[in-house]
Amino acid sequence: MHALHRVLQAFVSPQSFRLALPDVWAGFQVNIKMMFLAEALVLVLALGVAIIRGLPGRSAAPLRGAAIVYTDLFRGTPLILVAFLVGFGLPGLQLRVISTQTTFVYGVAALTLVYTAYVTEVYRAGIESVHPSQRSAARSLGLSYFQALRYVVVPQAVRRVIPPLLNDFIGLQKDTALITVIGVAEAAQQAQNFSNTYYNFTSYVVAAVFFIFLTIPLARFTDHLIAVRERKERAAAI
Amino acid sequence: MSFVEVENVSKSFGDNVVLRNVTLEVAEHEVVCLIGASGSGKSTLLRCINLLEPIDEGRIVVDGDLITNGKVDANAIRREIGIVFQAFNLFPHMTVLQNVTLAPRRVRNLRRGEAEASARELLRRIGLEDKAAEYPDRLSGGQQQRVAIVRALAMQPKLMLLDEITSALDPQLVSEVLNLVRELADFGMTMIIATHEMSFAREVASKVCFLDGGVILEEGDAKDIFSAPSEPRTREFLARIIEAGRL
Repeated sequence: MHALHRVLQAFVSPQSFRLALPDVWAGFQVNIKMMFLAEALVLVLALGVAIIRGLPGRSAAPLRGAAIVYTDLFRGTPLILVAFLVGFGLPGLQLRVISTQTTFVYGVAALTLVYTAYVTEVYRAGIESVHPSQRSAARSLGLSYFQALRYVVVPQAVRRVIPPLLNDFIGLQKDTALITVIGVAEAAQQAQNFSNTYYNFTSYVVAAVFFIFLTIPLARFTDHLIAVRERKERAAAI
Repeated sequence: MSFVEVENVSKSFGDNVVLRNVTLEVAEHEVVCLIGASGSGKSTLLRCINLLEPIDEGRIVVDGDLITNGKVDANAIRREIGIVFQAFNLFPHMTVLQNVTLAPRRVRNLRRGEAEASARELLRRIGLEDKAAEYPDRLSGGQQQRVAIVRALAMQPKLMLLDEITSALDPQLVSEVLNLVRELADFGMTMIIATHEMSFAREVASKVCFLDGGVILEEGDAKDIFSAPSEPRTREFLARIIEAGRL
């Protein structure tokens, strides 16, 4: 009984819960801001990188190569290392603009760099899943390469990749907590401060609850989209 | 001078030679049918004329313009040449009306109202005006293929290329599509048609070309080719078609 009491007291004490709530909530709002900013940037930049990777012709080879190097590097590097490199490395350069940003900006930059690399691959799979005959049909009508992409290929590709894209965004939401390592006062950091002050871990549970409540709706929504797609595809196959 | 001149065109995919030294002339308002087994090069020839496939050797001239020297604006050439595919290839994320107006709006820069008015007029002529707001997957194969033809016609092409456009259709839907092609032929549209519909070819074509192994083995008047083919391979092919009940 004694042990159970201690566990409950350390992790889910009601008083600590109430006490930690305001600070952790204030921190979590920073997570939400980082998340939305990074997601918006990732959506746009990843599409750009995916399109560059698909460019045809020999003259586009350097661009394609750069895109491949970028995705390989940032998919392979753990986010925490990218956060250190951006959050501590860039200020250390003592350059104008890029060395004088807030930790919040560096945090968003690190998240964007890493997740753009993931989402590029998602977009690319979507673009490649559109049958080449769609592109032929568009080009045969006189549409240029980029018009065919814009009006015919990308709209179909994006519709197809929404579920995997949302899955990556669930990952991004949670990974905003890692940005604590460069000193952004977000939920995990606030929870740690609380815990260090009161020798109680309930604050981490509070932060976890926030993340879970944010993730579950998105996960259910993703499941719903996948189910709708499967129903449609089954109906189309009949 | 011919409207379309295909001169000594060769095309390979890797080691696979698909067209060997093909020469073909099509006069304005003429309807030429390409017949031959699958894989004989009919589709590739059409795709080469529309610059969807680059050719390895030879030249193609359309309406006096050399289109295969690599310097032309391929988009400008394709604008003037319509092609309709076996698998329709309508854009599934767009309504019928959007499918038909996409190229006039984005390529010809017509205003939306203008493009939609002429698209509706074309749809009315083929009896599909009431489907304008539907998505392609709500249409029958025959209806989809007629929309695909109208989509190409909306660009007011000088030449239409039809690539086995009835091959993917249920038999009872073939005639509605062929009727539309017949109308185009009567209207004077210059067309090159790859087809397995031999009786249709006999009826509309002023010239029939038999392709075999990437070569135009025999060409001539439709009635000559069908009643008195000179090449043994043509006779063999036609015999098999007759056996299958397709002529």
